[in-house]
Parts: sequence; structure tokens; C-alpha cells
Amino acid sequence: MSSHTLTEVAAPGDPRDAEPPRIVPRRRFGQWTAAGLVLVLLGLAVNSVARNEAFRWDVVGDYFTSAAVLRGLGLTLWLTALVMALGFALGALLAAGRLSANPVLRGVSWGYVWLFRSMPILVQLLFWFNIGALYPTLFGVKTVNLLGPVTVAIIGLTLHEAAYAAEVVRGGILSVDRGQVEAAQALGLSRWRRWWRIVLPQAMRSIVPPAGNMLIGTLKGTSIVSVIAVQDLLYSVQLVYHRTYQVIPLLMVATVWYVIVTSVLSVGQYYVERHYGRGSELAR
Amino acid sequence: MSAPMVDVRSVHKSFGALEVLKGVDLQVRAGEVTVVLGPSGSGKSTLLRTINHLEKVDQGWISVDGALVGYRRSGDKLYELREREILKQRTRIGFVFQNFNLFPHLTVLENIVEAPVSALKRPRKEATEAARGLLDRVGLADKAGAYPKQLSGGQQQRVAIARALALEPRLLLFDEPTSALDPELVGEVLDVIKDLAHQGTTMIVVTHEIGFAREVADTVVFMDDGRVVEQGSPGDVLDAPRHERTRAFLSKVL
Repeated sequence: MSSHTLTEVAAPGDPRDAEPPRIVPRRRFGQWTAAGLVLVLLGLAVNSVARNEAFRWDVVGDYFTSAAVLRGLGLTLWLTALVMALGFALGALLAAGRLSANPVLRGVSWGYVWLFRSMPILVQLLFWFNIGALYPTLFGVKTVNLLGPVTVAIIGLTLHEAAYAAEVVRGGILSVDRGQVEAAQALGLSRWRRWWRIVLPQAMRSIVPPAGNMLIGTLKGTSIVSVIAVQDLLYSVQLVYHRTYQVIPLLMVATVWYVIVTSVLSVGQYYVERHYGRGSELAR
Repeated sequence: MSAPMVDVRSVHKSFGALEVLKGVDLQVRAGEVTVVLGPSGSGKSTLLRTINHLEKVDQGWISVDGALVGYRRSGDKLYELREREILKQRTRIGFVFQNFNLFPHLTVLENIVEAPVSALKRPRKEATEAARGLLDRVGLADKAGAYPKQLSGGQQQRVAIARALALEPRLLLFDEPTSALDPELVGEVLDVIKDLAHQGTTMIVVTHEIGFAREVADTVVFMDDGRVVEQGSPGDVLDAPRHERTRAFLSKVL
């Protein structure tokens, strides 16, 4: 009994242990070294931005809430909202076409998505801007008068957005189990009711994350309309810096606004996702 | 014999090149329980799905309660009905799926209330009261506010049965209602179905539960390779099968 050696004590689950052996997690030196390095680099970057006089944060402050900038921000916001709404409405129709039993509807929807995803949005905007060269008059009105820069921006961005929205919506619908539609059919629910009450709410779980991505992408993507002189947020700060030559501070004004709006949208997305996720968690 | 509640006449159905139903005839009288047995791929689920027009037949016809399902006859042609009319027919035929197919984003109560309110235009309050009564009947009165995923498989299937009953159908179709369940949950679902059988509900049950067939069925139908091989009382078909294929099948499952 006296031969209670060390090796015996170290054996796993030795019944003679007074207490179970203590568990010591592995030390992760590599991770901590990398984390320290990242913090140092981050500190250097923040320091250089904060101490670089050329950023002219005072100028940023002066223009941040100026009337011209706020007007530009306003246009960016409503243009984004309108393009998203119209784009997803058209996209939903295209998705329905793609999933239709009718080969003509399927083919046309496929063709639309193929064409408008292939065309750079910048090319498309310039194309619509110059559509007067193809059709000098539309409905008896001069095309140039009918299609101003803002209208062209709405049309171009919407057609582009719809092609992507169609794929997002189609993916969402495909993610809903076929049995759901069958159950709804067996219960005698109308086509409309099946879509709004059964399929769409479930499809939304898959639609919301990529749609949130698209919304944020569109918010920033609308800045492309500055090339056809639509006075969005970016174009508004450009007008100022063409006059004052304070390019960087005014780009910072636009950037900070984009960051603020994006942050608000991200928070909104969290709550929308939570809403459509109801019933999906396995709480028992 | 009075006119059958369900009348299936020489029904054919193919999926592409695969002929799943090769001329099926079946009659079910009101108030009777018919259990359909057969190996997988024999066409029994497809047959059940043609009875509420979830699958269209390629040939032949089906009538439920005296009305052609999915079609209108004019001369020597059958014209497919408009969707609205088919949906109305389906409200009189309850269907219970193998995988329950409850709506996961709706609570148990909302699942049951949905069809009476939107398809039959019942007032919501009345439908809710009826739904609570049905939940009580399947032993789940306390689960009205739960979401389907929070329930066991057996509980989900009982909700699905309550949901089918909410339309007060003239006929209930069960497509392997216990096949997706853990063994210990099969009994609670079969008990609910037996209960309905004893109350004189007309039903057709596709299942592999031979014991259930023996206990509850008025008629047992054995299908193989897209045809009805034999049918009769449980005693005849299960204990004294006349066909070699029936004997071979029963020897494997009993």
C-alpha cells in the first residue's frame, strides 16, 4: 500500500484521487502576439489620422450639416428607398416568372436577369441618359425633356436592382419547403393567400440578409448618379470642393454620412431578421 | 350498396416515363376506414394525392361525395376545373402529411385557424373557439401558443390532424402519418386516428402499421407496382392473403 507512486496518481480517473485533477487550458501565445500587433498598428493609424492637419476636421464640422449637404443626403435617401422598392417589386415579378410553369415567362425572366446583370450600371446610366439619340421624341414629347437626370437615375438603378432582387427573391422562395405549399393547397388556401401568408414570410428569412446587403450597396451605389449631374450626397460635396478645393474634408463629410446611415440600416436589419425568424428557434 | 363516398376508376398516373399508377380502382363507403398497404414505390401515396388533386390523373376519374375531383364532365371530355373550384373541393377533403407540414412561422392556434378563416370565411373568433376545442380533442390544449418547432414530432402530427379537422371535412386522407416519428411517439398519433375512426369519420390511411390496420380498418387494400393486388377485410387480407405478392410483403413486415 505504501507504493503510491507518481505515475499511478497521474493515471486518468485514478479512483484513489482525493479530488478530480484540475483542467488547465492550452496557452495561445500566437493569438495573443497577433492581437497585440494588430492593436499597435491600429493605434498608429488612428494617431496619424487624428494628428494630420490636412484632414481639416474643422472644415468637416462646418459643412457636415450645411443646407447643400443635407439636400444631397435627402436625395440619396429617397432615391435609395424608391429604387429598392421599385427594384424589389419588379424583382418579385421576375422571380415569379422564373419559377412559372410557362416556358415563355421563364425564358423572358431569365433573359432580363442575364442582360441587366451583364451591363455595368455606369454604362446603363449613360445609355438611358443618351436615349434621345435612339428615340428623339417619346409620346410626342422631346425625350430630353421627358427624361431628366433624376428620372434617368431612377430608371437605370431600378432596372439594375431588379435583376439582382429577382435572384434574391427566387432564392428565398426556393428555400421554402415544397410541403408548405402543398399543405396550403390541401387546406384550400387561395394562390394569393398561399403567397402572402405562407411562402413569403418564410422566404423572407432567406431574403432579408442579402436584401440588407443590397440596400446598403444601393445606398452607396446611388453615388454613381453624380456622373449624370444628379445632386445626391456625393455630387453635393463635389460641388462644394470644386469651389473651395478642400477635397479631403468634404469627402469625409460624405463618408461620415454614409457610415451613419449604413449603421442605422444595419440595426434595422437585425430587428427585421428577428421578426421573420420567429418560430425557427428550437426552444423546448 | 349505396353510392360510395370515394370512387376511383381506372386511374393512371405517370411521372415522365415512370408509370406510377397503372389503372387503380377503389371504392370507399361513407363512415368506413380503408387502410392502404404496400411496398414503397407501389403508388399508394400517389393514389392518395390524386384523391384531393394534389396530383392530376392522366387517365380515369375520381369522385368524392358524388362530385368529380378536379374535373367537370361535358360530353365525353373531362375539363380541368378552375383553381378556385378545386380549392373549394379540397376544403371538404382533409389531408395529413407524412412530414406534418405545419407552418413553422405560425403558432399552433394560427395553424389551425388559418384555413377556416381564409378558405371558408368563418369569423376569426368562432374559428378560434373551434380550434381550441380541436386542440383539446387531440390532447394539446396547453400548446395553443407554441410554435411547431417547440413540439415533438408526435405532437406536431396531432396538431396537423386538428388542422385538417378544422375544415370539418367529409373525408380524411392520411399519408403515412407515423412514418416520420420516433417509435415511442407512434402510439399517441395512432390513438387520435383510432378515436376519429370510432366516431365514424370516413378515412383512407396509407401506412406501414399492420397492427393499426388489423385493429381499425374496415377494408385493407394491398397495392403493388401501381395496381390494387387485393382488398378485403383485415382478416382476409392480413391473415389469409390470396396473392403471392401480398404474402411476400406481409412476411417481411409482420
